[in-house]
Amino acid sequence: MFLSKTLLRRHTVLPGFDLALGLTLLYLCLIVLIPLSAAFLRTTELSWPQFVDTVTSPRVVASYKLTFGASLLAALVNACFGLLVAWVLVRHDFFGRRVVDALVDLPFALPTAVAGITLTGLYAANGWIGQWLAPLGIKVAFTPVGVFVAMTFIGLPFVVRTVQPILEDMASELEEAAATLGASRWQSFTKVIFPILTPALLTGFALAFARALGEYGSIIFIAGNMPMISEITPLLIITKLEQHDHAGATAIAVVMLVMSFVLLLAINGLQAWTRKRQGK
Amino acid sequence: MQAVSQTVNAVVPHRPIAPPDVAGATTEPAWVRRLLIGVALVFLSLFLFVPLVAVFFEAFKKGWDVYLAAVTDPDAVSAIWLTLTAAAIAVPLNLVFGVAAAWAIAKFDFHGKSVLLTLIDLPFSVSPVIAGLIYVLVFGLQGWFGAWLIDNDHKVIFAIPGIVLATIFVTFPFVARELIPLMQAQGQEQEEAACVLGASGWQTFWKVTLPNVKWGLLYGVILCNARAMGEFGAVSVVSGHIRGQTNTLPLHIEILYNEYQFAAAFAVASLLASLALVTLVLKYAVERRVQQQLSQAKDTGASA
Repeated sequence: MFLSKTLLRRHTVLPGFDLALGLTLLYLCLIVLIPLSAAFLRTTELSWPQFVDTVTSPRVVASYKLTFGASLLAALVNACFGLLVAWVLVRHDFFGRRVVDALVDLPFALPTAVAGITLTGLYAANGWIGQWLAPLGIKVAFTPVGVFVAMTFIGLPFVVRTVQPILEDMASELEEAAATLGASRWQSFTKVIFPILTPALLTGFALAFARALGEYGSIIFIAGNMPMISEITPLLIITKLEQHDHAGATAIAVVMLVMSFVLLLAINGLQAWTRKRQGK
Repeated sequence: MQAVSQTVNAVVPHRPIAPPDVAGATTEPAWVRRLLIGVALVFLSLFLFVPLVAVFFEAFKKGWDVYLAAVTDPDAVSAIWLTLTAAAIAVPLNLVFGVAAAWAIAKFDFHGKSVLLTLIDLPFSVSPVIAGLIYVLVFGLQGWFGAWLIDNDHKVIFAIPGIVLATIFVTFPFVARELIPLMQAQGQEQEEAACVLGASGWQTFWKVTLPNVKWGLLYGVILCNARAMGEFGAVSVVSGHIRGQTNTLPLHIEILYNEYQFAAAFAVASLLASLALVTLVLKYAVERRVQQQLSQAKDTGASA
């Protein structure tokens, strides 16, 4: 009764608000909020200089650079190709389009460990794809490039799935009007279509970036995990945990959590922008 | 109208005008179209189709016998059981939570709703490794409840409860985030009508709300289950990797792979890849029904 008296904005005949919200809040606290707060509270066991030392040690900084750089690059590649794939799926009909459309979600459905060992096998020097790259002097597996490949794989559906519905809803009158007024096809794409897609494209980019930052399973197989070179930040957390350095692991985790929260807020803002543009 | 156009035609000398190139205005020339489709398909092949084929190819490379031996190995069987158990606990719990959260958020107007929505999405933006770590911090040996758990002879970390908790965390938002938009679009008029006509709250839920959202619910459960069975990072942190006891299928793949038993690793991986394919087929089939329910809700909402 307490919840419905204090929180409800207006009276309703529907029952069950206290039960539903009470259950939601209880479960949310037990599963998510209390354990997450543990990460922040446990870092207070470290003094400030200790905390700064831990999260700025050279090996950790090298892992930030790799994780951020590769995530950014992978999200950029996914933004370009995701837009292209969404465009082709919505605007063009070709043999097998429905199968392709369904398979775009494969990285969501395929467990990361499976993706990890498969990509490693493919891009190793004797793998199906790696054997063509090896003579060119390109090594993918067990290098930072491998990290980028795995991140691209797991981030692939995000941009496609955020841009696709906007493209489907787009009225063809806009393009017809542009063409009638003398715009070339390229002009109507860059000046009419692209601005409409921008918020969704940015949202997809941010989602892919956020996913790549935290990714672990698919990367550790292909990365080779050499300290300073191909070691991602989530792996460092695990390494510290295995050395029973809980405070150190938690300190790095807190840095990552803060970054994820900033990204989450940015994504929420972008989604609100998309909805506003759509007039919903 | 006809008379006017006839007079116009009579006055203005008839000059043939090329019909407007409607197709050219809204689509690309054929060569551009082929190029775009080609590039998209090459990209998708490299990153999606080839890996998918490769899993099954590698799994059966050494023949049926090796494959069967790998998937019927006692350690593999116990990993399958643990994976199924964890999903069987995590998915129903998240289902109940998702329904409760969606009921509260979609059917009522209350303070702090947007904050609650953001908090529900929170687990998606947390790295799986951190999801595992936070439970170690709470239930591990050096954790908040560590000493109490040892005194009372309970084990959470490096045991099945930890694996279940980590699985629940990473699959937390799936059902809720599918149901909330659907139930918001449907509004609360139907439920209000049922209540006014004398139905109890539970009757309203079972007979009015649930039939309206069943496909969305199923969709959320499919996604939730796929992630629950495939989770690696979070489970890896809390499992302790005890063979035959705390190894889920994805962890079993890692162990086999690190022992250079590639054929066996890919054989077990092919089980999970098949699960992923089944998930995609189900998802594709259910997705349309969800869209139907959603557009139905929007239509009735617009006419009301």
